[in-house]
Amino acid sequence: MTLPPDSVGIVTPQTLSFGALDLQCGVRLPAFDLVYETYGELNADRSNAVLVCHALSGSHHAAGYHAETDRRPGWWDVCIGPGKPIDTNRFFVVSLNNLGGCHGSTGPRSDDPATGEPYGPNFPNVTVKDWVRSQAMLADALGIDAFAAVIGGSLGGMQAMQWAIDLPDRIRHALLIACAPKLSAQNIAFNEIARQAILTDPAYRDGEYVKAGTNPDRGLMLARMLGHVTYLSDHSMGDRFGRELRSGDIASGHDVEFQVESYLHYQGRSFSKSFDANTYLLMTRALDYFDPAHEYGDDLVAALEVSRCAYLVVSFSTDWRFSPERSEEIVDALVAARRDVVSVSIEASQGHDSFLLPVPRYLTVLSEYLDRVARECGQ
Amino acid sequence: MREDLRIIADLVAPGARVLDLGCGHGELLAHLQRHKDVVGYGLDNGAEEISACIRAGVNVLEQDLDEGLTRFPDASFDTVVMANTLQAVHAPEHLLDEMLRVGRECIVTFPNFGHWTCRLQLATRGRMPVAKHLPYTWYATPNIHLCTFADFETLCRDRGLTITERFVCDRAYRHGRLINRFPNLFGTTAFYRLRRGNG
Repeated sequence: MTLPPDSVGIVTPQTLSFGALDLQCGVRLPAFDLVYETYGELNADRSNAVLVCHALSGSHHAAGYHAETDRRPGWWDVCIGPGKPIDTNRFFVVSLNNLGGCHGSTGPRSDDPATGEPYGPNFPNVTVKDWVRSQAMLADALGIDAFAAVIGGSLGGMQAMQWAIDLPDRIRHALLIACAPKLSAQNIAFNEIARQAILTDPAYRDGEYVKAGTNPDRGLMLARMLGHVTYLSDHSMGDRFGRELRSGDIASGHDVEFQVESYLHYQGRSFSKSFDANTYLLMTRALDYFDPAHEYGDDLVAALEVSRCAYLVVSFSTDWRFSPERSEEIVDALVAARRDVVSVSIEASQGHDSFLLPVPRYLTVLSEYLDRVARECGQ
Repeated sequence: MREDLRIIADLVAPGARVLDLGCGHGELLAHLQRHKDVVGYGLDNGAEEISACIRAGVNVLEQDLDEGLTRFPDASFDTVVMANTLQAVHAPEHLLDEMLRVGRECIVTFPNFGHWTCRLQLATRGRMPVAKHLPYTWYATPNIHLCTFADFETLCRDRGLTITERFVCDRAYRHGRLINRFPNLFGTTAFYRLRRGNG
């Protein structure tokens, strides 16, 4: 297979080890690894670095291919590459697997140095704030004083927002895509159902499934199926699947399987093979706990007044998980805090998932905004 | 920069917080940011306009003006500007009220339907006017609430809005004795500065 010309090509993940990190929950993690990929070149004055933060189920593999035989590129290949919105001819892009992840960074599947056994369910709770601190340690190691931009969709956007508040000197632009200032009760409810699906799977074994030689496949599958439904819109599911049958015959009532069922089963099954259940629990809790306004007296304006970067806020019309109204809350607080902001609402039919898809106006807006970011750092 | 925007820019105080309704390509805000140290935000709902604002490096929020300004708290801006847009919104009287709720002052410009060329076309030919300052045919115009200067001033009086300054000019933004004497007949564009109450 030849790789597309606008791909970053074959990429190789790298790993860096770090010393202790005091987590927000009070636990000290004695040491940890972060696995990451980079695309493009860091310029001489180290001003063109961009951090890409992943969402719930993402990884460090955001663009390109690990091997020519890979069927699919990284999760945000639509946006990252030469000539693409996050243009690797102009930016040095850093993408990592977050602490607590299951794609190579230290997480529940890693060994706890205290016991010599996998952390499993005992891996400490990590928060978006912890992620930002660990990402800053990675930036230090890579010689990056300040990022030209920190970019993320969904939970990734929350990390970009936390960067802006916690490390105002180290970020010049925050791109918050399909994001929210905190989860709604409904959102937390969806996450709790997903967690219960995993926790009540007999194969979960109180989180010690690795030791027991089992895996809560059913729980993970259900969690993913539920999540997936909330990431799509009614319209996009209708468009894509309608009531088409995959097999069987409604008239006789035998072995009926709708296309949408088959799709969800497939998504759920492949997820359960590739994702760690304890990581899923940890990531959804980080989502639920995210609330940067809390330490500023529940005043989002006060929290954002601390930041100094400029913002791009993007929402999608059919996203009901992180609806345009949630983005507006961020924008209104930014205006009240007198921060620079561009706010765009994109007409798109694909729900929350739109942020991962090649929606033409979305890519145009990202390109235009990031062109300005690149010009500011002389690229 | 467009001459009408230059005139507006001169009316804005340095360092002011500015909201520009229907900000188009962001020319006014770019100028105010550069030369007057203004913290400004534009509202527009055209994709092309938003893109132009991004390229110009100005703050812009994608929003339809007909949704109103409820998202902004009282007195959150020093100056709210609406250039050549009043005639294209669904509820201009409500929007004017809202502009003076969120801003201490507002600056409004619009084309004059009372200009003699408009009056002549309607009076002599019985046809909807198409003029250089109002170039659209009746069926393909964005302008749904055209008015004359006299109409606008009546509305302001009825709603308790005080006109603190008015500048009437022709298409070349000049004003002479004829316009000063008969503004509603010879002026094509007016710039109004408004405040709430009888100031």
